[in-house]
Amino acid sequence: MRTIALVKRVCIQMVRDKRTLALMMVAPLVILTLLHFLLSSDTTTPKLGVNGVEESLINELKEKEIEIIQYDQLKNPDQLIKDENLDAILQLEGDQIDLTITNDDPSKAKVLQTKVLQAISTVNASEQATNLANLVEDIGRQLPNTPIYLPQAKVPEFNTSYIYGSSDTTFFDQLSPILVGFFVFFFVFLISGIGLLRERTTGTLDRLMATPIQRRDIVFGYLIGYGFFAIIQTIIVVFYATKILDIMLVGSLWNVILINLSLALVALLLGILLSAFANSEFQMMQFIPIAIIPQVFFAGILPFEGMPEWMQLVAKCMPMYYGGNALVDVMYKGLGLSDIKNELFVLLGFALVFIVLNILALKKYRKI
Amino acid sequence: MTSTIVLEQVSKSFGKKTVLNNININVDAGQIFGLIGPSGSGKTTLVKIIVGMDHPSAGQVQVLHTQVPNLGLLQSIGYMAQADALYNDLTGKENLAFFASLYKLNKESQKKRIAYAADLVELTPHLTKKVQNYSGGMKRRLSLAIALIHDPPILILDEPTVGIDPELRKSIWEEINRLKNNGKTILITTHVMDEAEKCDQLAMVRDGEIISNGSPKDLKNHYNINSLEEVFLKAGGKKHENNRIS
Repeated sequence: MRTIALVKRVCIQMVRDKRTLALMMVAPLVILTLLHFLLSSDTTTPKLGVNGVEESLINELKEKEIEIIQYDQLKNPDQLIKDENLDAILQLEGDQIDLTITNDDPSKAKVLQTKVLQAISTVNASEQATNLANLVEDIGRQLPNTPIYLPQAKVPEFNTSYIYGSSDTTFFDQLSPILVGFFVFFFVFLISGIGLLRERTTGTLDRLMATPIQRRDIVFGYLIGYGFFAIIQTIIVVFYATKILDIMLVGSLWNVILINLSLALVALLLGILLSAFANSEFQMMQFIPIAIIPQVFFAGILPFEGMPEWMQLVAKCMPMYYGGNALVDVMYKGLGLSDIKNELFVLLGFALVFIVLNILALKKYRKI
Repeated sequence: MTSTIVLEQVSKSFGKKTVLNNININVDAGQIFGLIGPSGSGKTTLVKIIVGMDHPSAGQVQVLHTQVPNLGLLQSIGYMAQADALYNDLTGKENLAFFASLYKLNKESQKKRIAYAADLVELTPHLTKKVQNYSGGMKRRLSLAIALIHDPPILILDEPTVGIDPELRKSIWEEINRLKNNGKTILITTHVMDEAEKCDQLAMVRDGEIISNGSPKDLKNHYNINSLEEVFLKAGGKKHENNRIS
């Protein structure tokens, strides 16, 4: 009953604080929308200047969505690239191929380089095939009545198939499950942490301790009170991301909500736990670079396998590592509940540990 | 008479700093017991130890024959903190109702007690206002009303009349006397000497020690002085002289 009184109070306070409520509900949507348009817009076609390149290669390049600008003669390619704002220049002189790349954006440069190499090898292959066919025909003419068997020397058909995603998959598709989870985590952390911090700094927590309330009543009261808003936020964010932004969701929506709710639970408890070690809102903010930002790195944005062993150990201490993995599994890879249940259990384990730590941390205010 | 609050050789130190040193207090039931002393003398720490929010480094505290800290005991104690610990974004009534439900009052008695406590501190017309719009005095009065909400046999009031105008102060003291006549034990801290006169028993606190105690009359007789203020100065001065000698 005391817990219910606390829940009721937290809810009234939250509903009255329109701005905080708006921050919690709307801010994740704004950031997700921004990132969605920033990361999934892949519209810029690279500009390639060419000199002495054959028509067949140019067509092949154009097919790969590269804008071609032809130059008759090139004296100073470096200067030209800068003046004309090109991404690269391709020069052919006899057997020598020169490719000059701007490389102001290394990832784009790599893509362009690969495309050019592919185009050249395709053209070469088809040229060789034609040459071979001509050669065979020649021999055939010179040696009549001799049947010549010519294996098909066509360019082999190249098919790519994807286990997860498709050829249209963008970076955002892989990133967005992690981002959805992270924003839920971050905003729940912030608001619950500052909520309890306010109670600490205004002395009301001290005052609560002069009533027969038990420490666990306080922890559960906050958990349920803020948890209620965290659930609403999670549902809004997940629905917005999958229905309106149309983020790729292969698996079940309910699993996504389940994972995010577990993350929100952990964030909430972590927030109120860390608020015990902060004396002001400013000090609470200082926990963001220490406790929150590193979580993103280990959430699956950077490849886990490539990390040194000790870093992998660090990753395994981060709730977002499990949350991010589970979200990618469901949203991107379309795995089911049985595949993510281990991650969910670990998250619940975190929550349980944080509940106990919170109850212990309140000992600072009253020994019993 | 039975003692409701008993402190035996209570000491408290934070790190190396001793805040309370060997405090012995005995508060009888139905008494108004005053702790007077300047700010920083350790009154609030003492009060917090009695409530059970702080732990003494040495010594024992018993309230209603129960060892402190005890969770059930808090149901019998009405506590008013020195700093107003109120929820500013809630109305006065919501604050009262919240604390009332923490003391597990049922709906009906909640209603009665809120009406009674609000009326007592003359806040009834302001109950639906948010506390952030209250004046300093109104906040003090609301804190007092919260301390009374569950009709506890023991009241511990930490500087209850700070920032309250003389007229209201008088009515609060009248109510404190009325509560006393209903058999409640009241422990009050103050640094206002004329309030000390209204207490049945006094303990003068200075630098974490009780420099003198007894009824106001006893104290004045003992030092042969007419005002408590001078008693305080004299008792305190004596201690300092002692210190110098030793």
